[in-house]
Amino acid sequence: MSNNSWSPDQPIVSIKDVHKSFGDLEVLKGITFDVMKGEVICIIGPSGSGKSTLIRCINALNDINSGSITVEGLEVHDPKLDKLELRKKVGMVFQQYNLFPHKTALQNVMMAPIKVLKQDKAEVEQRARALMAQVNLQGKEDSYPGELSGGQQQRVAIARSLAMNPDVMLFDEVTAALDPETVKEVLVAIKDLAQSGMTCMLVTHEMGFAREIADHIYFTDRGVIVEHGPPSTFFTEASDPRTREFLSQIL
Amino acid sequence: MRRTIPGIDAQPATDLPVLKPYRLKQSAGLEDLQFSRWLISIPGWLWLLLCASVLLWPVVAAAATEYTMRRAFEALFRWIPFIVTGGFLFNVLISFFAMLIGTVAGVVLGLMQISPIGLIRWPAKVITQIFRNSPWLVLLFIVLLALPFEVEVGGKIIRIPDWMKAVFGLCLPIMANIAEVVRGAVNSVPSGQWEAAESLAYTRQQTLWQVILPQCFKRMIPPWMNWYAILTMATPLCSLLGVEELITLSRQAIEAENNRPELLVPFYGFALLIFFAYCYPIARVTIALERRYAVKL
Repeated sequence: MSNNSWSPDQPIVSIKDVHKSFGDLEVLKGITFDVMKGEVICIIGPSGSGKSTLIRCINALNDINSGSITVEGLEVHDPKLDKLELRKKVGMVFQQYNLFPHKTALQNVMMAPIKVLKQDKAEVEQRARALMAQVNLQGKEDSYPGELSGGQQQRVAIARSLAMNPDVMLFDEVTAALDPETVKEVLVAIKDLAQSGMTCMLVTHEMGFAREIADHIYFTDRGVIVEHGPPSTFFTEASDPRTREFLSQIL
Repeated sequence: MRRTIPGIDAQPATDLPVLKPYRLKQSAGLEDLQFSRWLISIPGWLWLLLCASVLLWPVVAAAATEYTMRRAFEALFRWIPFIVTGGFLFNVLISFFAMLIGTVAGVVLGLMQISPIGLIRWPAKVITQIFRNSPWLVLLFIVLLALPFEVEVGGKIIRIPDWMKAVFGLCLPIMANIAEVVRGAVNSVPSGQWEAAESLAYTRQQTLWQVILPQCFKRMIPPWMNWYAILTMATPLCSLLGVEELITLSRQAIEAENNRPELLVPFYGFALLIFFAYCYPIARVTIALERRYAVKL
């Protein structure tokens, strides 16, 4: 394993020629790109273009057919991989929040560090309260997910992922299920996180947000990366007709 | 006037795609409350009517004979303490133990059914289907005939009483049905819960015990109680095996009273009422709990 040979100047996430099929349907047809530590990248593209599948492959929620994905030198799709080791490094936030409904917000944040990482409860609680404050949810610690709005639940979900101290955060269309008025509070939380130096990979439909936050934007369509570039040039100088068509419909 | 909804029970008003009313689809395993529903759907006055007919029948039937209603009911009241303490309490005892063993075994079997390992999952599925789809009486007879009536442990001969065999025979179908309840409840938890736990580095075991099962617990209570009521209703089957329960003792009491046909309705009517009095409240609570837990997901 190349685990020990990774150093921070190498890509933290490296995706090479990844192919993935669901039955006969090939959803990823050779995706290649690297993400450096501290970088924020956004993946955009039409529905069904394989964005979510790609991001789910990075923390091994989906497997791949060929190619390779490495996170800090860990080969994600090595059958001998210690998946737990990988998932301690990679946090993920879902479109549907997926909070545990039988636990309070604070317990949701505290559960994994205590149960999985076996960390000290008092220390975890202190950190969890700080994380709740970081996502602007002071006073909601003892609320159950069912009592919170979508935006609040999604921020709890972000805090829950952060409690594991991940090195990379994956966001899978995290604002897609939210009411328009609560989208902003979630985006603010993500923006704070990105500015603190966290490596973030976002699948998003919020073009304005992508433009503001991303260091690099990837446009995928039908399983391939059609075009990519920094937001300053991507939105104005897109050359591929598919990109231009997509942008004209969205912007 | 009956209200009609275009597109459902009337001609659609448009040929454009129409969003139809959403129907909550319950997953398999949680929908087996039919028995409790049936039980509480019986209106209370019907049972009063039944009580009344039990009381009045001997008047009509025995008017011509010298054996009066009064004597029939004197006989019943004379035997009630014996029938209840020696018989019905035994039905409750059998149902209690069968439920206890059946639940423990059923939970294990249900968890085996959701195992990712085929070697564990498939035998569990086969066992469940066999016992779910066998007549209870046949299972009881097989257990009665297949189990030895005594076992030798270290030179000592221990007799296995019939009622223990009955417990064993009844706990088999309960086990299989509880296994389905567990499996259904686990499957009714959205897959996002599994994924969220997985992405937080939970192992499969941790996910199951800390995330999934705590959410299932509430949902399993109503079907579990439903099965308890069904089981209690099935305990008179044990009388066919000679276990001394309510029906066996009622029959013996009738025989002791010279087998007078006038006694049949009071005695069996009493058996019916006592089972009803025991199971009806359970069914009510079951449905109430079901309503309470149904909304919260």
